Amino acid sequence: MELVCPAGTPAALRAAIGAGADAVYCGFSDETNARNFPGLNFSREEMGESIAYAHAEKAKVLVAINTFPRAGATAIWRRAVDDAVDLGADALIVADIGLLDYVARTHPHQRLHLSVQAAAANPDSIQFYVDNFAVRRVVLPRVLSVAEIAAINLDASCETEVFVFGGLCVMAEGRCSLSSYATGQSPNMHGVCSPASHVSYRQEGDALVSRLGDFTINRFAADEPAPYPTLCKGRFSTKSGSGYIFEDPASLDAAALLPALRDAGVTALKIEGRQRSRAYIEGVVRAFREALEALDSGRPIVTSGLARMTEGQTTTSGAYRKSWR
Amino acid sequence: MLRSRPPVAPPLVRLALAPLPLAPLQPLLALCLNAIVGRHPNLFDRLGAHAGKRIGLNPTDLPFSFVLVPRRARPAIRAVRRLPPDLDANISGPFAGLIGLIDGAYDGDALVFSRDLLVEGDMEAVLALRNAIDNAEIDFVGEAAASLGVLAGPAQVIVRALRRAHRSAPSSQRTTRRAWS
Repeated sequence: MELVCPAGTPAALRAAIGAGADAVYCGFSDETNARNFPGLNFSREEMGESIAYAHAEKAKVLVAINTFPRAGATAIWRRAVDDAVDLGADALIVADIGLLDYVARTHPHQRLHLSVQAAAANPDSIQFYVDNFAVRRVVLPRVLSVAEIAAINLDASCETEVFVFGGLCVMAEGRCSLSSYATGQSPNMHGVCSPASHVSYRQEGDALVSRLGDFTINRFAADEPAPYPTLCKGRFSTKSGSGYIFEDPASLDAAALLPALRDAGVTALKIEGRQRSRAYIEGVVRAFREALEALDSGRPIVTSGLARMTEGQTTTSGAYRKSWR
Repeated sequence: MLRSRPPVAPPLVRLALAPLPLAPLQPLLALCLNAIVGRHPNLFDRLGAHAGKRIGLNPTDLPFSFVLVPRRARPAIRAVRRLPPDLDANISGPFAGLIGLIDGAYDGDALVFSRDLLVEGDMEAVLALRNAIDNAEIDFVGEAAASLGVLAGPAQVIVRALRRAHRSAPSSQRTTRRAWS
């Protein structure tokens, strides 16, 4: 299986490749991708240099243009597509039907991957994208069990890519309004969930309080991990007590499921975290490269220590094992 | 293998450094910062509108803090006994953790999640600074120490000794990458 790794800077891209990435996904420094954070991402010049570097190392670069173009501003997204093609991107990761259509018509030979943001979660939906836009790979939403992924692979006429590590969302992928409600900016249109401009941490006595806009998201005791304040992973007070109503701040770690994902016919494994540092990328990518080597040689898979890199300092196998069913 | 949590300097270090005057430290800090910016002239380009903001760096295991003003022209850093209240943002944590953010030894998000690091104030400015520094691939110990002339050797020995136990050797693995059909 191919290892697809994140990079938010050229240095992170080099770190990912050095640690064993087969492919690196990244985006331009604007709202055309879903990690539009300050100081992050690639200028056109940096993207060109990074693609050249990756190709020299026999790695691929997938350019994420996976937010949804705003009415009246579609030229920004189309320009990103044209530039990524001109710079030699190995594939574009796109979610919006209109933009997929633009790529298919304007750059018919450009390899297209369907972003997780498109939320294509069954064979008929996937086939629609294959038939109409010649999509070669679909990144599956993080709501499917391994058995469902296997069923999709039996029918799908394109490759599938699944997340194996990193942050999780409860949203129907591609459509979340929680961040917009709290801050006016959305992950889908502006490329940023819970923008840093609206985030604050404040020490109040022994407690650390995290806020997003006007909302208190969490209050942590001294010995508790402090995840990033998103509404979906906030701690809510209700009549029956306080707790994580929508989602625990646990991150995905599917290393133990690599044999099952391989048997399910998955082509590529994706690590989340373009907003993270070189240290995260180097450490997580190396751990999964070693896990894949262990898988190939029949050795036990061990990725201890990765929980320390995660939001809630704890991990889950997410929907891959739907133990609640 | 991933790096463990940053070490905290023993209280004795704090006690020993507390009486020392800060005045001799200021030109050395300026020397180090200018040397690093000289080696990485594009270091602060990623800051955009956040260039020139005043960021407090508070090593919680040392008896003094730093105020950094990151900008392409005339960046500044100075040591202070106590951080002024009007800074744009403060980053607090063990000295080794703060250094580790600069040279890529630690992941800043993970240190915030684990409470080893506390960021207060303008989160955008801190994120932009973190991303700018992370992309620069700075060998902080080597570059800063080199700027200190005759003090370079002892400075490197002290800082590297503090961190040696926590450093994991990167493996030299290479990988055979897969081709697409």
